[in-house]
Amino acid sequence: MALVELRDVRKEYPPAKRGGEPVHAIRGVDLDVEAGDIYAVVGYSGAGKSTLVRLVNALEPATSGSVTVDGVELTGLKERQLQRVRLGIGMIFQQFNLLHSRTVWGNLAYPLEVAGVGRAEQQQRISELLHFVGLADKAHQYPEQLSGGQKQRVGIARALATSPKLLLADEATSALDPDTTQEVLDLLARVNRELGITVVVITHEMDVVRSIANKVAVMEDGLVVERGLVKDVFAEPQHAVTKRFVGTVVDTVPAGEVLDDLRQRHRRLVTLEFREGSPGQSQVFAELLDRDVRFELVHGGIERVQGATFGNLTLALTGEPARVQEAVAAVSRLVRTEELA
Amino acid sequence: MSTRETRLPELWDLVWQNTVSTLWIVALVMLIGGLLGLLLGVGLYVSRPGGLYQNKVVSAVLNVLVNFFRPIPFVILIAAVQPAARAVVGTGIGNRALVFAMVVGSMFAIARIVEQNLVTVQPGVIEAARSMGASRLRILRTVALPEALGPLVLGYTFAFVAVIDMQAIASVIGGDGIGGFALQYGYRQFDTVVTWTAVVIIVVIVQLVQFGGNRLARHFLRR
Repeated sequence: MALVELRDVRKEYPPAKRGGEPVHAIRGVDLDVEAGDIYAVVGYSGAGKSTLVRLVNALEPATSGSVTVDGVELTGLKERQLQRVRLGIGMIFQQFNLLHSRTVWGNLAYPLEVAGVGRAEQQQRISELLHFVGLADKAHQYPEQLSGGQKQRVGIARALATSPKLLLADEATSALDPDTTQEVLDLLARVNRELGITVVVITHEMDVVRSIANKVAVMEDGLVVERGLVKDVFAEPQHAVTKRFVGTVVDTVPAGEVLDDLRQRHRRLVTLEFREGSPGQSQVFAELLDRDVRFELVHGGIERVQGATFGNLTLALTGEPARVQEAVAAVSRLVRTEELA
Repeated sequence: MSTRETRLPELWDLVWQNTVSTLWIVALVMLIGGLLGLLLGVGLYVSRPGGLYQNKVVSAVLNVLVNFFRPIPFVILIAAVQPAARAVVGTGIGNRALVFAMVVGSMFAIARIVEQNLVTVQPGVIEAARSMGASRLRILRTVALPEALGPLVLGYTFAFVAVIDMQAIASVIGGDGIGGFALQYGYRQFDTVVTWTAVVIIVVIVQLVQFGGNRLARHFLRR
């Protein structure tokens, strides 16, 4: 059984005004998050991903369907029982949501107080947490004295305080600069690797998905439109939304103005898709060289995602037309080839 | 018209007595009205749509109640609540009736101040506490109120000054206080020196209260 199981989950909000249409935030989602996953849920704002994650720790009740976390069915539980479930699920936020009236230490103490942990044990746990996130020297500072990255590290430490099995990250890096983002992502990866905590990451940044997630679900309009291993989804995005997301970090086939420009400058253009396990570049280029076809790399690149290598290379070919034609035919028997000009 | 001599030198005892009266009446009103206002304000805050205990009926009732009492000018409110004062404190005149009217007059204003300051607490912080399994009562006690403490202190300071202002109208129903004294011995007897002595005393009290409130708020806001 998966750690988190969603079955035909729907979430409706009542209409904004009397007689209006209810808002269908989630329109029937099935999702399995296995223990040990770093599962990314991506989508544009309004796709329903933030609502989805709030169903997992019952901050919002599902309208219908079943939400199971660690074998416990959440639908139908009373508020008091839900509070116990939430103790076992950590959550971090885009705006960090630290208590401004408490120091870093006080913030880490908060979930322990809620859990009824004794004073001595609290002290020990808090200093462990501070060392884990590298903020031991900031224990007695207030949140506004910290940088964004430090605040999020406090957020992570606070979410880990009660040793949850599951950590939910809602756009946890969206308010951070690129360097700090990487620092926080590295910490989340460590949380997963060293503490064995399953992580669900909500994001609209594909860089986040690429750098830490092993699985991804793409949401649009309250539905999961595509899901799978990150390396597969990056290499072969199927749905239009997924293609747009993947296109933000992986150079794919040139299009639009870029393509027009390339067509003006080159007579023969082909895009070759290299995938993990497909014939390598040297083999493909040999086919071209054998026929005295010269080539120039004009677009694309090779990516490494979760241990898989792939990429799309667009080449401008020059040589005797018949031999170029022959070479393209030979290459297309090795890798998927798209002729652009 | 001859230049009038001021009677201030012979009135110092009264000045002193009325200043003390003002202080204890205001303190008592802030204690009772402040507490009732806090309860009412918290009620308004938690019953709001999206609040910790959102409840349309309770929210509507509290809002109507507050909106009913708040716009009544204090001088009229004193007269209007006189029957109620007789029922609750046993008299419609004097300091006890005055305290009653001031409590009624201040608690609804304080309720709004409390509500407004609690609303400024980021909903995200409340949500974070919920995500940690905190109960609603605990969130109110350990998140909402402490997070709003700085602005709340400033709000109460503002209310304190407004209550000093209310106190000045005390003489309408025969209550003590420096305001009433200024009306009686200053204004009505054309003794400008007495009037301005009272003004200076009120200004000094207000300045001290505001100074203390600012200091305390800064401590909680750490700014």
